[in-house]
Amino acid sequence: MSVDIAAGPFAHDRSSVSRIMLHVCLALTPCTLFGLYVFGWPAINLWLLTCGSALATEAVCLRLLGQPMRRLLDGSALLTGWLLALTLPPWAPWWIAVGGSVFAIGIGKQLYGGIGQNLFNPAMLARAALLIAFPLQMTTWVLPVPLGSVDAPDFIEGLRITFGGMPLLDGVTGATPLGDLKTQLTLGHNAEEILASDFSLMSALVGSIPGSMGETSALLILLGGAWLLALRIIHWEIPLSMLLVVALLAGTAQLYNPEQHLGMLYHLSTGGLLLGALFIATDPVTSPASRLGRLIFGAGCGLLIFIIRTWGGFPEALAFAVLFMNALTPLIDRYWRPRVYGRNARGKPLAATNRINEVKRP
Amino acid sequence: MFNFAHPRGGIHPAAHKERSAALPIGDLPLPPRLYLPLRQHAGAEALPLVRSGDTVLKGQLLASSPTELSAPLHAPSSGRIAEIGRIHAPHPSGLMVNGIVLECDGEERWTDLIVPEDPFEEAPEVLAERVAQAGVVGLGGAIFPAAVKLKQGAKHEIRTLLVNGSECEPYLTTDDRLMCERSEAIVDGARLIQHILRAYRIVIAIEDNKPEALAAMRVASKPYGAIEVAAVPARYPMGSAKQLIHEITGREVPAQGRSTSVGVLVHNVGTVYAIHQALRFGRPLISRVVTVAGGCVRTPRNLDVPIGAPLQALFDACGGLTREPAQLLLGGPMMGMVLPSIDVPVIKGATGALALARNEMPRREAAPCIRCARCVDACPMGLMPLDMVAHARVADFDGASDYGLRDCILCGCCSYVCPAHIPLVQYFQYALGQQDEQRQAARKSDYIKQATEARAARLAEEEAARKAAKAAKAAKARQRRKPAEHASSKGVES
Repeated sequence: MSVDIAAGPFAHDRSSVSRIMLHVCLALTPCTLFGLYVFGWPAINLWLLTCGSALATEAVCLRLLGQPMRRLLDGSALLTGWLLALTLPPWAPWWIAVGGSVFAIGIGKQLYGGIGQNLFNPAMLARAALLIAFPLQMTTWVLPVPLGSVDAPDFIEGLRITFGGMPLLDGVTGATPLGDLKTQLTLGHNAEEILASDFSLMSALVGSIPGSMGETSALLILLGGAWLLALRIIHWEIPLSMLLVVALLAGTAQLYNPEQHLGMLYHLSTGGLLLGALFIATDPVTSPASRLGRLIFGAGCGLLIFIIRTWGGFPEALAFAVLFMNALTPLIDRYWRPRVYGRNARGKPLAATNRINEVKRP
Repeated sequence: MFNFAHPRGGIHPAAHKERSAALPIGDLPLPPRLYLPLRQHAGAEALPLVRSGDTVLKGQLLASSPTELSAPLHAPSSGRIAEIGRIHAPHPSGLMVNGIVLECDGEERWTDLIVPEDPFEEAPEVLAERVAQAGVVGLGGAIFPAAVKLKQGAKHEIRTLLVNGSECEPYLTTDDRLMCERSEAIVDGARLIQHILRAYRIVIAIEDNKPEALAAMRVASKPYGAIEVAAVPARYPMGSAKQLIHEITGREVPAQGRSTSVGVLVHNVGTVYAIHQALRFGRPLISRVVTVAGGCVRTPRNLDVPIGAPLQALFDACGGLTREPAQLLLGGPMMGMVLPSIDVPVIKGATGALALARNEMPRREAAPCIRCARCVDACPMGLMPLDMVAHARVADFDGASDYGLRDCILCGCCSYVCPAHIPLVQYFQYALGQQDEQRQAARKSDYIKQATEARAARLAEEEAARKAAKAAKAAKARQRRKPAEHASSKGVES
């Protein structure tokens, strides 16, 4: 689109879409590096594959749709691939990465009309599709084996795990905290006992627990999120309302029945909730534009996450909650708009505070 | 959301005011020719009273206002009328408009000015009329005839006269310098306006990035009561009447309403100064202070410029242009007007003449909207520009109105913060223009429909009248025949 500019303003804050996307990628770097470190070579392969195939899919789609190729440089495809990689099991096979990326970019984004047009978060759409289609591969978690440690697979073994379909031994796999809880609860164990025996808040904060590549270290995710909040690239409303609702519900449930429910710290620090609240639910394209709308959106995500985690079939729930609220975003945007200057909340003009004196004063 | 008593949104663009604010107001050497468009104000075009070849004196009336919503035009200098015809319009289109070309003789001979006695002794209506005769319009860029606003005092209760010295547009420093150098005249002008409006108090609002102007106005207003000099936060668009009223009074002007509906009237400091000149010295509005600035100007500064001086003369007086400007603007960079050439004259509403370099306008090709909502955060009116533009670009103007197009003040905050570089204001102006056209077309078709209906009704009436006349005639004829008929019928009966 080329517009001959006849109207102002002739000033700009020098922001750009690519800068926003790159800042988000930069904010993801600490938790990503940590994830790559604790999960080793297979995770590095997976991350490179996911990002690379996202970019390749974007390039193919832009070519097919006849759109300018420089849109590849806006960073949005890289970010989608990156986010998807962070939510995959770190030792997943290559076709999970490639298939997920192709689905995310091709169907989740470009089929809707490309950047800015998609209704659903592409990375979450791909993750949900993969989880339903390949439940085994998508729920095979490995215990953290940092690079350089004795058990860590070397480069060749890493390639074999990612590309060779090498079956993982029982010794290296483990359950995520939420998955473990689900299993134990079905076996009739008491939540307090599970918490005491299997869960350590410290390791959840640092990230030495099984889980997706980028979701394990709560502290590093918070660091990146805080940076984005400080730069005002993401708004505070969605993370705040989402985490608050989960915390309140989890806390209340624990007070009500400590044998079935775990506390708020447990919920907040596991299952990618922080990653989702700070990086995924805050995706501007698929979240509401008004402040009140964002608060509602975040609260809805939190509510759904708690419901699905507590009573649903999936232990983590983030992707489904976000996708559900994505679907409601147009509705929220329509009905919860900011109040307009000079109008009341319903859009009617305010009453004049000055009586109009029709008679000329002497 | 939490701060209901203060305006929301707004932006903090780079001010670029330092260089021109540091120098005192200079005088422009009188250019050989002045070009005076007949329409420099909101409303009807002024009617020329002089002929080509006439000799005129400085301050002499050249064109009179045909209606209340118009403004007369005076000679900015003495000389000879060279031509009355088409001159370059200060408008992006580059079209020609009707105007008067004055060839200056350089003698600057004033016409006889009627210097009034003590204006405070006179009736407000007389003073307002005198301001109208002086051709004063809103000098902050609104170019609305000032007297029309002054006459509101007779119709509405005005509690606060708000003197707008916030000057929030980047680059511009005319009001700043004016307040620093002519503070007493501005205070006097404000008191005169207060007298005309019978306002209870005066608030002079100045952005807090102009400490010198704030100090000068405080000193000048000290001897008088009921004048408050208020420092308002420097945030664009603080100079917009609605935002300033909200900041000062805590009240919002109702949608579709005017400032008077919250008991406030806003005048720009430049206008106040012009009103002071008109009422104290009888001088019509024939010159104004203009900021000449931008990256291509060697010495940016403020100049006192006769109306009608070509922009070239202004740039020459500031050391000339250092390079080819990427954009010429009349007014500020946020809401100013694109100029197609350097030949256009200064008009009454020209706050600045900017020659911007390429690096000062970081505008790129527009990309798709990513709904980042920065425009929503920045909008001082609480609108959703992203949805307005989505509807406007597919020509769904009603949809755009539904999202607030009618409340938009075209301040440009949304375009300023848009990371996708979407020219939102351009779309809004287009949509508003199209809506105006649609409304006019609807009015026209309504009028035609009414006229057609009226004609049909008139024809039907005439037809009915004809029929009635015919019937009456027939009845008369029958009546005349009746006695005979009666006689004959009687005969038959019996």
